[in-house]
Amino acid sequence: MLIELEKRKEPSKAMVYLTPLIAVGLTMVVGALIFSALGYEGARAAWAMFVAPLVDPGKWEDLGLKAAPLVMIAVGLSIGFRANVWNIGAEGQYVVGGLAGTGVALATWHLDGGWWVLPLMCLAGAVAGAAYAAIPAILRTRLNVSEILSSLMLTYVAIQLLYWLMNGPWKDPEGFNFPQSRLFQDFQTLPFISGVGYLNVPLSLVIALAVWFVMARTTFGFQIRTVGAAPQAARYGGFSQERTVWWSLVIGGALAGLAGIFEAAGPFGQMVPQFPTGYGFTAIIVAFLGRLHPIGIVILGGLVLAVTYVGGESAQATLGLPSSATGVFQAMLLFFLLATDILITHRLKWRRSAEGSA
Amino acid sequence: MDAMWFSVAMTIVAASTPLLLAALGELVVEKAGVLNLGLEGMMLVGAVTGFAVTFATGAALVGIVAAMLAAVAASMIFAFLTLTLASNQVATGLALTIFGVGISSMIGEGFVGKTIPVLGPVFPEALAGHPFLRLLFGHSPLVYVSLVMTAVVAWFLTRSRAGLILRAVGENDASAHSIGYSVIGVRYAAVAFGGAMAGLAGCFYSMVQTPMWAEELTAGRGWIALALVVFSAWKPWRLLLGAYLFGTVMTLELQAKAAGVGIFAPEFLAALPYLATILVLALISSRRSVGAAAPACLGRPFKPAT
Repeated sequence: MLIELEKRKEPSKAMVYLTPLIAVGLTMVVGALIFSALGYEGARAAWAMFVAPLVDPGKWEDLGLKAAPLVMIAVGLSIGFRANVWNIGAEGQYVVGGLAGTGVALATWHLDGGWWVLPLMCLAGAVAGAAYAAIPAILRTRLNVSEILSSLMLTYVAIQLLYWLMNGPWKDPEGFNFPQSRLFQDFQTLPFISGVGYLNVPLSLVIALAVWFVMARTTFGFQIRTVGAAPQAARYGGFSQERTVWWSLVIGGALAGLAGIFEAAGPFGQMVPQFPTGYGFTAIIVAFLGRLHPIGIVILGGLVLAVTYVGGESAQATLGLPSSATGVFQAMLLFFLLATDILITHRLKWRRSAEGSA
Repeated sequence: MDAMWFSVAMTIVAASTPLLLAALGELVVEKAGVLNLGLEGMMLVGAVTGFAVTFATGAALVGIVAAMLAAVAASMIFAFLTLTLASNQVATGLALTIFGVGISSMIGEGFVGKTIPVLGPVFPEALAGHPFLRLLFGHSPLVYVSLVMTAVVAWFLTRSRAGLILRAVGENDASAHSIGYSVIGVRYAAVAFGGAMAGLAGCFYSMVQTPMWAEELTAGRGWIALALVVFSAWKPWRLLLGAYLFGTVMTLELQAKAAGVGIFAPEFLAALPYLATILVLALISSRRSVGAAAPACLGRPFKPAT
């Protein structure tokens, strides 16, 4: 028996929603086999990584905290991905956003309070993220430099900037010489809502909805989608390719920067050298798993990847799985998702071998 | 003083070689019309495999072959997805890099801090250890492989029939298909070659430069190699020049750090290769000739009209 691919007459709508689930299923099965071969308890690892945190209400708050930055970054990236603008330096924009907000926090650290400080920190984060993403935008539109390479290179630069600030100018003067910033004051940290998490969790949902509205209901969203799907038509329609590059990078950068300062002013409560945790890269998987659609990104992408993070952490403790196993599972998930995408346009057909060819 | 300059020159060669190896492979892949952003991931797979196998067998040659095979295997995941299933090349390449980062640190977990004997010079000690002649004879075999491969790739692409077919597939896949060449077959072969070269580049880091395992020891060099391919305008000899230019920048960074040059923070020096890459890309890409040099079908999936 052979499996053959046969082109569908029309792309399957059902498969658009089903393939992410099929990909998760395949990742669990193949992951279980691979990890068993490596001498771990494979089946339990796959369960811990993809299901356990979902069925344990005690983990739901953790899930929200992990999903919030992933959703925010992924929603921003999806705008560009739809228009074939490949910002893969969200990690750098996230770091720079966190740093800009930290700068505001350190400058206002000696104040007694002020309602305006936290919003100003967030604004600084978003603006800095957008400005950092504007560099690849300028390079692409003016000098024709691939945004893929420039945005990624800038990530390495941002991380060195972080190290420099932590080891020098922004080192906590009362911190026993540890390379980290002062702890933010209470008025500089995001409010914590019991049972929900920091304020960034509900805010990330609001932002995803806002992006959905813009993409689905406005002319701007239509332009972006057209430039990606039919560049020729977009040109005839007078939609500027350059403007699309600019907006998708700047919005993506702003959201990544905002996610950065939310993390610094939320779960971290200060700036540390361990701040870049790879959310900017994982968000790429989130965006694809969510089908580059804001609602899909929240429900499928953000949630599933958050589950792998939370599950991966507990599997380290309970099953002795290495921390890098999470990344391996996440990458496998993206592989399987990209592989099963073919099912949208093709169907599988079983065929006896050596029968006549098409 | 002279001796110091010689050792700087030796370091430049060591810093340039893995860039050259990886970028040569990617150049051939891109000439066939495929953009594989998984270079960094394949290098890491090669690095950890080369280290682990050499650690287990004690034979460096076995380690190198294993590294190449492992990286080829990784490249075949990419090839199957992008060529057979026509998935998006950018996304698939990124997935390959994320996969390589994860799997290499997982396999390498037990090896952190362990060392293997350095893969030393090939030539006899009289030449390799000579204060001046060592500049010619004192390198690891992979250095000579990288130089020979530059010539081989240059010859292959411009002088051989197979190279002509490969370029045709990258420039106009539909025409190449219509006159009977297997576009997908040629691209599979190119991606496999890219994988083997990335594997060599990876094990240069783990077996020659620092024969000690550390997580993500390629530190983004795979991405710099990708940029070098653009810099070279897809020409092997220009690639050699570019790789040595970057090797020099990286070496100066290390030398400045070691000498404790006070004006610049070490973090600034560490960021220098990445800033230099952006600068060079900006200088190069704006010229129209480079845009025209890119293979016309680069990054586009091939779907034959049946």
